[in-house]
Amino acid sequence: MSLVELHAIHKSFGELEVLKGIDLKIEEGQVIALIGKSGSGKSTLLRTINGLETINDGTIMVAGKKVGDRDTDVLTLRLNVGMVFQQFNLFPHYTALENVMLSPQVVKKQSKAEAKEVAEEMLAKVGLADKMMHYPDQLSGGQQQRVAIARALAMKPRVLLCDEVTSALDPELVNEVLAVVRQLAEEGMTLVMVTHEMRFAREVCDKLVFMDQGRIHESGAPEEVFANPKTSELASFVGGLA
Amino acid sequence: MSEFTLWDIVYNLLLAARWTVLLSLTAFVLGGIVGLLLLMVRTAGNPWVMRLVRGYVELFQGTPLLMQLFIVFFGLPLIGIDVSPWIAAMLGLTLFTSAFLTEIWRGCVESIGLGQWEASASLGMNFRQQMRYIILPQALRIAVPPTVGFSVQVVKGTAVASIIGFVELTKAGTMITNATYAPFTVYGCVAVMYFLICFPLSLYARHLEGKLRHVAR
Repeated sequence: MSLVELHAIHKSFGELEVLKGIDLKIEEGQVIALIGKSGSGKSTLLRTINGLETINDGTIMVAGKKVGDRDTDVLTLRLNVGMVFQQFNLFPHYTALENVMLSPQVVKKQSKAEAKEVAEEMLAKVGLADKMMHYPDQLSGGQQQRVAIARALAMKPRVLLCDEVTSALDPELVNEVLAVVRQLAEEGMTLVMVTHEMRFAREVCDKLVFMDQGRIHESGAPEEVFANPKTSELASFVGGLA
Repeated sequence: MSEFTLWDIVYNLLLAARWTVLLSLTAFVLGGIVGLLLLMVRTAGNPWVMRLVRGYVELFQGTPLLMQLFIVFFGLPLIGIDVSPWIAAMLGLTLFTSAFLTEIWRGCVESIGLGQWEASASLGMNFRQQMRYIILPQALRIAVPPTVGFSVQVVKGTAVASIIGFVELTKAGTMITNATYAPFTVYGCVAVMYFLICFPLSLYARHLEGKLRHVAR
């Protein structure tokens, strides 16, 4: 049984159909990169996986259970599926520590001491043990993104979705965030990421999924996908990167 | 005819000023509570409720406060509810305040970026938790200066209650003028008292504007 199964997902924004029947299986421990041109639907696809976008048709199964469209179903889904955003979206009125502690306390009803212990552990894991008392506006972009990763991890999700997590960063800050993602991958975390960092995707991922115009065109092991593109769309996408 | 000293005038105005302060506070607190409730139902997203609240806001923003007080004071007795000037003034000002505050606060809530909603949603929070821990704490920080600024409008708005016979600062001024025939002195004192209530509020609002920190930009 796959951890997450998407079946025949359709999504439109008004007249514009951005996802045209997506099937995707995410296995436990798998690291998947969604690649493709902007506008190909990869971010939208990622956002459907944790219910930030409602789907028009299709089914989402998480750990064998179908996600319905009731609010409670979506909330349960989100306990299993964490997300990190391009723009970090830290809560500016809380310190780094409080950002990470909040959801475990509020959503999972953990005690303050318990939440603090987990939060400290997660912040240490992303290399920010010395920045816990800082507010987001006192941190660099790379540090903020690492807090965001710690915040998502503190909820102990089974899958972590990463939506272009380095795209908003200055070039010199990209690596510190990628290093954290790489570490998570090595520890066996299930990851689905939308990324433009092709070299990173190639090194870290088990599976590349190439999307074009709302469809999955090709998927497979990175070496294979890059070396032998089967469709002209992927060939031109890969060619454009070289 | 007895003579009135300046102290007599000031003393009697001060007594009446207590009612101005009390009416302002009551209208502000009750209006704030109603405004917050309206804000919650409006933000929750039912389109019919949103339209209803918008209509409410536009009704109160689009008519003079004086008319609103008249309608409460003269209208309620028509449906069998007798209201004293105090109740009418309090009710009218509360409705007026709630309409303006909910609109001010709506702007503040909407200024909190979509990313904050999405991040908190992705962490499994429901609407109530998002509001309580993420949106309102930030929105309220932004809202404090314009809210305190609006409280000045409420204080000045209480003067209108004098028309329906509620004895607050302005009405007391009129009554004392009728007894002393010294309108310039009396209304001068009335103006100074309003200023002494309102000016610190304005200063405070300005001070708070300088203190906004750690809010989404």
